[in-house]
Amino acid sequence: MVESHIKPLTLNFGPQHPAAHGVLRLVMEMDGEIVERADPHIGLLHRGTEKLIEHKTYLQAVPYFDRLDYVSPMCQEHAYALAVEKLLDIEVPKRGQYIRVLFSELSRILNHILNITTFALDVGAMTPLLWGFEEREFLMEFYERASGARLHAAYFRPGGVHQDLPDGLLDDIAKWSESFPGFVEDMESLLTNNRIFKQRTVDIGAVNQDEAQSLGFTVPCIRASGLPWDLRKSRPYDCYSEVDFDIPVGKTGDCYARYLVRVEEMRQSLRIIKQCLDNIPDGPVKSTDNKIAPPKRGDMKKSMEALIHHFKLYTEGYHVPAGETYSAVEAPKGEFAVYLVSDGSNKPYRCKIRAPGFAFLSAMDYLSKGHMLADTVAIIGSLDIVFGEIDR
Amino acid sequence: MLGSDIKEQLNELAAHLEEHLSDSLIAIEWERDELVLRAQRQTLITVMTFLKDDSKCLFRTLVDLCGVDYPEEEFRFEVVYNLLSLKRNMRIRVKVRTDAETAVPSLTSLFLSAEWNEREAWDMYGIFFSDHPDLRRLLTDYGFEGHPLRKDFPLTGYVEVRYDDEQKRVVYDSVKLTQEFRTFDFLSPWEGAENGMAALNDGTLKPEEGAG
Repeated sequence: MVESHIKPLTLNFGPQHPAAHGVLRLVMEMDGEIVERADPHIGLLHRGTEKLIEHKTYLQAVPYFDRLDYVSPMCQEHAYALAVEKLLDIEVPKRGQYIRVLFSELSRILNHILNITTFALDVGAMTPLLWGFEEREFLMEFYERASGARLHAAYFRPGGVHQDLPDGLLDDIAKWSESFPGFVEDMESLLTNNRIFKQRTVDIGAVNQDEAQSLGFTVPCIRASGLPWDLRKSRPYDCYSEVDFDIPVGKTGDCYARYLVRVEEMRQSLRIIKQCLDNIPDGPVKSTDNKIAPPKRGDMKKSMEALIHHFKLYTEGYHVPAGETYSAVEAPKGEFAVYLVSDGSNKPYRCKIRAPGFAFLSAMDYLSKGHMLADTVAIIGSLDIVFGEIDR
Repeated sequence: MLGSDIKEQLNELAAHLEEHLSDSLIAIEWERDELVLRAQRQTLITVMTFLKDDSKCLFRTLVDLCGVDYPEEEFRFEVVYNLLSLKRNMRIRVKVRTDAETAVPSLTSLFLSAEWNEREAWDMYGIFFSDHPDLRRLLTDYGFEGHPLRKDFPLTGYVEVRYDDEQKRVVYDSVKLTQEFRTFDFLSPWEGAENGMAALNDGTLKPEEGAG
């Protein structure tokens, strides 16, 4: 039999594809079913967030951060709030810090449920998605009760959080935290030892420690490669130094390890949530400096000064001293950071958003080379990509 | 407690860098508690290689790379590299100045993550990186012209797209604003009489604007 030569084939994947997790266009050069080169074309969701922020006051810029990674909005506001607070040199009251940590961890669970279950859907398991979205619904209800919005919360603001939690919310979160481990176990029973799931993920898209660092990987993908790196431990912000938790670490750095790390992270987040619920103090939730944080509605009805503060804050905004900072938080997807340059006026001079997904997607070519076409879907799923933050 | 440790560690690092890299650096600065190195374009690769491989540095991850535009200065662009060392739990920032014509050496040979970040800086600011393997636009539309994050690029942009019913396709038009683009000067005399008066006197604030 004569062996026939197969021409390399160029395959266009997306931008409208259910497994692309958004608007990813992937142009792949294939040798039969083997990927030789993957070239992601991004920017289809580019909205010029960084440019817009340069034209808004510091407070008006907050909602843009919800719209980056719309699966874990509060964590991104957190990075921005920390950056502005650092430049302003203000301290957030303890209760505000606890609320932030509590909701950051709720966001982490919210994010991981979506990622794990859609990842499972990509490689052929449908049930986890249906179960997971029910849990997500509870979490988004908590979001709504705290901030008034299910997704785009604009809740963490420079100086603290927007308002105190409503009565009974903490009790309901405590009740939910009792039932949640059951969901994680159910989901694991469907996936962790599932033969099909393992066949699709084990040894796929593996990265070693050196590559992971050079590729700019951050948590949890770097942990899957065996590096115990966690910003909450190494550079604790807010009250993370007061809570106790472990860092899950993988061994192999493949898609399966990334999945396992995320599952364990959910359990650790739950531990943090429980500690926050036990230890949350009373007191103010945002900075008491009225030049930064707006006064209470009630005060405005009685105090002329409060009224002036309110007017000034919502028109001119506060001035941030000149300087620059790079503030990072451990967002569910990885290190999310804001590089903020202030020129002393009421608007940021430059606000660069460091999105974890950007680094992950830039590694796509590196990871998928030599794999089958179907494996690229598994790799995209395991990297946890959301286009809001990549395209900005 | 942890904060002072980090500060101490960075102080040591600064002394170490002063010793070994003083020829290649313009300055070592502090930005609150963050360490910033000002490097020259010509020696950027040397500095970065040192930071990456020296046993006291080990900055193996280039977490972020971005441009900043200062149009009034001679070298208007600043390229900012944020490095992270997982081993030493430290961060450092390296800055290089350039303009629209002068190329900055690409770091793709040192950090894999530099590739896309440099493409983004090229796309957004038009900063040219020499020896980059594939310096295409990244975020903007196919066939886009201009560099949108430059300070002289208008917020609205120059082109907009719409669906043309007659041609049955999406067409590109120049931007038409149905309402005049509004910006407000909030640096008002409200801040205190001094600021307002100073702005009036040196002519940066016209009286009628200040009144509105």
